[in-house]
Amino acid sequence: MEADTYTALPSRRPATAVAHEWVTTVDHKQIGILYIVASCFFLTLGGVEALLMRLQLWLPDLEIVSPQTFNQLFTMHGTTMIFFVVMPVEAGLANYLVPLMIGARDMAFPRLNAFGFWMFLFGGFLLYFSYFGAMGLYGAGSAPDIGWYAYAPLTSPAFSRGNSTDYWLLGTMISGVGSVSFAVNMIATIITMRAPGMRLSTMPLFAWMILVTAGLIVFAFPPFTAAEIMMLFDRHLGAHFFDTQAGGDGLLWQHLFWFFGHPEVYILALPAFGIVSEVIPVFSRKVIFGYASMVAATVSIGFIAMGVWAHHMFTVGMSSTVDLFFSAATFLIAVPTGIKMFNWTATLYGGRIRLTVPMLFSLGFLSLFLIGGLTGIMLAIVPMDWQLSDSYFLIGHFHFVAFGGIFFAVMSAYYYWYPKAIGRKMNRKLGLWHFWLQFIGFNLTFIPMHFSGILGMPRRVYTYKAGVGLEFWNQVTTVGAIITGISLLFFIANLWYSYFYGEEAGDDPWNAWTLEWATTSPPPAYNFEELPVVKSRRPLWDLKHPDDPDWKHE
Amino acid sequence: MKDRPVAQNGIQTQRSHGTNQPDDGRRTCAAGQLKTVLGSSRIVVRGVRCVLLSAMVLLGSANLVLAESTSIFDNASYNSEKISEIFMLVLAITGLIFVLVFAAIVVCIVRFRARRVEQNDEAEPPQIYGSWPIEIAWTIAPLLIIFVLFLVVVRSVNEQRPTQAPGDAVQVRVIGHQWWWAFEYPELGFTTANELHVPVDESQDASSVFLQLESADVVHSFWVPRLGGKTDLVPNRVNQMWFTPNETGVFYGQCAEYCGTQHAKMLLRVVVESPSEFAAWVENEKKTAVDDPAVAEGRALFLELSCANCHTIRGTNARGTFGPDLTHLMSRQTIGAGVAENNHDNLITWINNPHIFKTGCHMPEMKLTSKNVKTVVSYLETLR
Repeated sequence: MEADTYTALPSRRPATAVAHEWVTTVDHKQIGILYIVASCFFLTLGGVEALLMRLQLWLPDLEIVSPQTFNQLFTMHGTTMIFFVVMPVEAGLANYLVPLMIGARDMAFPRLNAFGFWMFLFGGFLLYFSYFGAMGLYGAGSAPDIGWYAYAPLTSPAFSRGNSTDYWLLGTMISGVGSVSFAVNMIATIITMRAPGMRLSTMPLFAWMILVTAGLIVFAFPPFTAAEIMMLFDRHLGAHFFDTQAGGDGLLWQHLFWFFGHPEVYILALPAFGIVSEVIPVFSRKVIFGYASMVAATVSIGFIAMGVWAHHMFTVGMSSTVDLFFSAATFLIAVPTGIKMFNWTATLYGGRIRLTVPMLFSLGFLSLFLIGGLTGIMLAIVPMDWQLSDSYFLIGHFHFVAFGGIFFAVMSAYYYWYPKAIGRKMNRKLGLWHFWLQFIGFNLTFIPMHFSGILGMPRRVYTYKAGVGLEFWNQVTTVGAIITGISLLFFIANLWYSYFYGEEAGDDPWNAWTLEWATTSPPPAYNFEELPVVKSRRPLWDLKHPDDPDWKHE
Repeated sequence: MKDRPVAQNGIQTQRSHGTNQPDDGRRTCAAGQLKTVLGSSRIVVRGVRCVLLSAMVLLGSANLVLAESTSIFDNASYNSEKISEIFMLVLAITGLIFVLVFAAIVVCIVRFRARRVEQNDEAEPPQIYGSWPIEIAWTIAPLLIIFVLFLVVVRSVNEQRPTQAPGDAVQVRVIGHQWWWAFEYPELGFTTANELHVPVDESQDASSVFLQLESADVVHSFWVPRLGGKTDLVPNRVNQMWFTPNETGVFYGQCAEYCGTQHAKMLLRVVVESPSEFAAWVENEKKTAVDDPAVAEGRALFLELSCANCHTIRGTNARGTFGPDLTHLMSRQTIGAGVAENNHDNLITWINNPHIFKTGCHMPEMKLTSKNVKTVVSYLETLR
């Protein structure tokens, strides 16, 4: 436990040596932590952008930020949160946890793993460098103002001068290269490096969901990269793929983007499902209900997710046949998602539920993701989508999924696995403050958005119509956003405080069942001295209950 | 399992509304039930709208009479009426699912929460690995629900998107520009901007106004919530949209697809008039511009300066199309695509520097002397 872990290295080494170790590391745990720390950095940026937007929308016609700045803020907020916060934090968790969960020494390709991280990080830096470097015709202080899905032809040289759009294209493309190398690595690791005795059908659900996520990344990112290269050709080499003024097709970009963009939603959501599928059983003290149908649901979500993209495009004037096809496909994806909801709920039933902080966040996920899923069904009703698409209702919907669902699950993961990575538990009192403030703040922020949308407020506007009831809902949203911001201060304080003063965790603080809890906290560089025999989905359960092991029932 | 309450609802309403449905027997069972479900949801529409509105009043955010409302529930057309009905039906179904699942979660948490004594107890509760009958049941139940919802979608899409030729519908070619709207009436032979005029029509189908949507630059979206859903204006494409306004009045909307700096101020209004008012408006719009000798100086100035490069005034040599047609400027309520009321002072401010009202807009600051501005405005003010 002592000599081999990086945290236990003599602490008085010179800072350069420590920095050198982290920069050159190929250890999956260190890379995982790098991902997570970097995502916290980008989370701060994206959060500040959100707060600035909310201040601007406190009342109609405020001039806290200019229209141009506002447009940059929502572009950067969306791009940051999706590509540089949720993607990396989940990649970090997967990096840290999957090899431990499947009893591997490291990832299959450790150097590729490091490469993926640095590509993501420099992609993010490149995007933010546009604030300083994208002068072009706009002057300093420029950033992309094209929206996170960058619809053509707003991105063509005629409408987007200067270089900010190029920074956006290159930043997301480069981080996408990182994502693909992460995915390839994950697939190789999960397929080939499982502990002896661990079959695919006895693999932890988190690993399953990461496997399907990785598959989605491999299918979804290359078309996106190709589209971005086409866009760069348009902007710099005189091509006309999306240049409508020269006969190009703006809708082609929309199709290519959403062909990536919708699987991306599940790329973000599936790891969150995986987290919850680990946390809920442990704190219900029960095995997951319906492991097989959980896996089947995950795989079918993976398949259907590739065929629903045009439900983002019901208003662009596709034929009714196409609209109906994508409406049906979208309804269909509700079925496996529903199976998961029911299985998680059934896992609670008959359990002995411990309301620890990670469990609270997972339960928060359950209730908020439920709402996000149901408003998703509403948006799949094509005529309703004609009213609600691109309104604040839509913003409310996808934040219920991305923040209420995914981000709550990520928070659950922080509290659940922090003791494994650091060796100390996170403080419960600060954690409770964090949870309740975030839960209240979240609902105050995003429930009113549904009403703003119903009252006719479109998204991406720096001001809105006075006197039609929008002021009230926008103000509630702003108050909620501030509360959410404060809750995250509690979170950061907790990370910091617990690092020094947290309660010693021991190897297995939650009395859990998967392999990562069989080694020390933090684990040594080689992960396991010796592997327990894997005969079932819960190897540590079998160890703790030799009289009634899982493999007798599976 | 979950579809049961819906089916029951359908059956009950079928009974109570049976007399209103003389042709029920000839319909297929599913369609008949749908119809009655939709019919009963009309009552729900009113109820929920009432609750929504009174909630807003209670919270002090709005009056009951919202003159400029843009709520998707303040229906003023056949289209939005139908969408509201579907909204309520779907809200009822998803609301029911929410209540059931959320209640299950809460009940589980309360009922199965470990007591303090038990938390130190190493004994584990019985392990339940799954149950095929239950798992199959909650796979099939959602399938049934989404099947019903899909039928609703098929039916309503076909209602809202008729496939017939325009016929005697009012036809308008809508062209989106950064950041204003051109409305061309091809059959009537004139073009106006930012304020669409259409006649009211009581008919109960989507066949009264036919829009052809095009864009001059980037993607925009035409959305007037009280009149129905939105349709995008995509460059290099011609999109179509039907609606039937059932109520007279002014209805507010705006561009709903992000289109650049002033996306938020790409406002639009639709004036729904009685057929006679509409005919009078059309008569006036058809005429070429008023040629008042009293403002000949201003007219000359308008044509001399670069105004004519971007704006059209029919009956003069001004034939630009980059900016709004000004032939009957004073028949419009606002300037700058709804950013300011159309009056003398605002016209002066606008021509002096349009960026005061709309920073980043494509009309340049013309650097005219204040005398010239006044002269041009005095001319513009005759363009009734």
